[in-house]
Amino acid sequence: MTVMEQRGAYRPTPPPAWQPRTDPAPLLPDALPHRVLGTDAAAKVDPALLRRLHAELVRGRRYNVQATALTKQGRLAVYPSSTGQEACEVAAALVLEERDWLFPSYRDTLAAVARGLDPVQALTLLRGDWHTGYDPREHRIAPLCTPLATQLPHAVGLAHAARLKGDDVVALALVGDGGTSEGDFHEALNFAAVWQAPVVFLVQNNGFAISVPLAKQTAAPSLAHKAVGYGMPGRLVDGNDAVAVHQVLSEAVAHARAGGGPTLVEAVTYRIDAHTNADDATRYRGDAEVETWRAHDPVALVERELTERGLLDEAALQAVRDDAEAMAADLRERMNQDPVLDPMDLFAHVYAHPTPQLLEQESQLRAELDAEADGTPGAGPHGPEGAGR
Amino acid sequence: MTTVALKPATMAQALGRALRDAMAADPTVHVMGEDVGTLGGVFRVTDGLAKEFGDDRCTDTPLAEAGILGAAVGMAMYGLRPVVEMQFDAFAYPAFEQLLSHVAKMRNRTRGAMPLPITIRVPYGGGIGGVEHHSDSSEAYYMATPGLHVVMPATVSDAYGLLREAIASDDPVVFLEPKRLYWSKDSWNPDEPSAVEPIGRAVVRRQGRSATLITYGPSVPVCLEAAEAARAEGWDLEVVDLRSLVPFDDETVAASVRRTGRAVVVHESTGFGGPGGEIAARVTERCFHHLEAPVLRVAGFDIPYPPPMLERHHLPGVDRILDAVGRLQWEAQS
Repeated sequence: MTVMEQRGAYRPTPPPAWQPRTDPAPLLPDALPHRVLGTDAAAKVDPALLRRLHAELVRGRRYNVQATALTKQGRLAVYPSSTGQEACEVAAALVLEERDWLFPSYRDTLAAVARGLDPVQALTLLRGDWHTGYDPREHRIAPLCTPLATQLPHAVGLAHAARLKGDDVVALALVGDGGTSEGDFHEALNFAAVWQAPVVFLVQNNGFAISVPLAKQTAAPSLAHKAVGYGMPGRLVDGNDAVAVHQVLSEAVAHARAGGGPTLVEAVTYRIDAHTNADDATRYRGDAEVETWRAHDPVALVERELTERGLLDEAALQAVRDDAEAMAADLRERMNQDPVLDPMDLFAHVYAHPTPQLLEQESQLRAELDAEADGTPGAGPHGPEGAGR
Repeated sequence: MTTVALKPATMAQALGRALRDAMAADPTVHVMGEDVGTLGGVFRVTDGLAKEFGDDRCTDTPLAEAGILGAAVGMAMYGLRPVVEMQFDAFAYPAFEQLLSHVAKMRNRTRGAMPLPITIRVPYGGGIGGVEHHSDSSEAYYMATPGLHVVMPATVSDAYGLLREAIASDDPVVFLEPKRLYWSKDSWNPDEPSAVEPIGRAVVRRQGRSATLITYGPSVPVCLEAAEAARAEGWDLEVVDLRSLVPFDDETVAASVRRTGRAVVVHESTGFGGPGGEIAARVTERCFHHLEAPVLRVAGFDIPYPPPMLERHHLPGVDRILDAVGRLQWEAQS
């Protein structure tokens, strides 16, 4: 007889308020990233989807190359390339319906372009003539977000509002591996799960937050595992396998649309280029590592599948490349034109109605510009005494 | 003959009534925050809203201010008009990135395509014996952020009128509710609230000829009390209630100071880097030739907000205001 049994009446019970909540097992991601291309499942993929993905990937790669070239010509202030990540960018755009919303980060101009946004409008932020170059409501693409992970709560709020209104709209929010360390990532996922908001979070784990590798970013088993703590499913996918990303995101979007709540998807990919054209990646990683990823190229993976199945002859491939080339030529030509800027726009959109103080400052700038135009240097604003009545 | 009975109402009641009326008038108005639903808010301002409008219109959120404001941004993007409550002034700080980088800038970033009609209610200021992090005067942070309106009522009528206007505004409004005025009472008819001056207009609460006290929020009643006490000294003080720091009513303030020739700015916020410096500069720039003395400031000391048993030494009171008025170079007059 044990000591406990001798005491007789003692029965261990859980704390009174405790009750089992969510079973974590079904929420856990698979041990390995989901793949389709290069597996037996590839044979069953719809040829039309393969061709569509291929065409978009080739365009996407060409877009990345062209945008990077524009930085060298001084036509873009900066470009954070998504070269190597095109499968994620393209799939994110293709899985959404027209009424759905995309919440991109600054590295996701390609996703916006693949969704149909004019590349010149997508690159406005990076050219520097304004912050957002498009009407977010017209395209259902939120402004490209520079502060990390801060767009994620917006996606949750928008999806929540749509659900309250009875609209079957889904929000897809993009974030990088570094962004998962931000507090807003945590708060967004928690809100999304509590509200069962129809939102999908796609983490593009491209290996680096500028120079900091994932090992210094997190001790989690995988980024997809973080989902379990919030009570939502986590999915792990090969981010360079466009078919696999398309599949996993489609399922997550359908799940959200059907009222099943949010999903966290981690796509394992690699940033082939430096953080931006201003970054030097040789300071923190070796060529050998980059080469292993070049051998797992998202464009080549789909192209190989199409070719092996006899779905892409030389003429079809050339047509796809010609289309991408035409897009690049058009982008180049339009980006080589100087944007027309009106300095008065600085005051136009601060408030619905400018404050009296802004009106004063507007006249000040107007006077400076007039003086500049007249070639009369030194004609400044009038003193404030008696001004601004 | 029928008369409309004006019953005494508290500022908290008027604020709650403003929320209720706004929600009834506009189905896109959503109230959200910590404890605003079942409990009715820690100051009971949202009392009864969840019951009347349901949990989807008056929502208890998880305890995360950046998440609350960030979600409100998304809701506003979809066409709703969120009114969020930050439970206490210092608890709003986790939401600053959302406020500064998104709420304040979204209209500008999108060339006016996506304004954010969000009202951020912040119970603010000291004087209620709160322990640390419950009594901050945070207005200087907000007024230094272009894109935000910064509004603070000092009367029961203004609490109702300004909050209704804030919620109806297509721009984000930081609405600072002076905690120690929550229980202040005034005659007020909730069924026929009197019209008040719009956001952006200051109001002369007391007319006077000797000097102008420029103030707002919780310091307005203190200044009115000081003005009464000043009569014994032979000073007839004017009291201007700013009502909003952004937009700032230069016109009303300058007109008053030009009349009186002397001015003291009074607020609880710290003096160094506080709103008083900006206000004094604006007054000096506009009224230099009318001034008989430098514009003085009576502000909270430049210290972290003190523990409750010492806060009375920190908060600008009648004596400190009268001392400042006494230093307005009256000897030069005679």
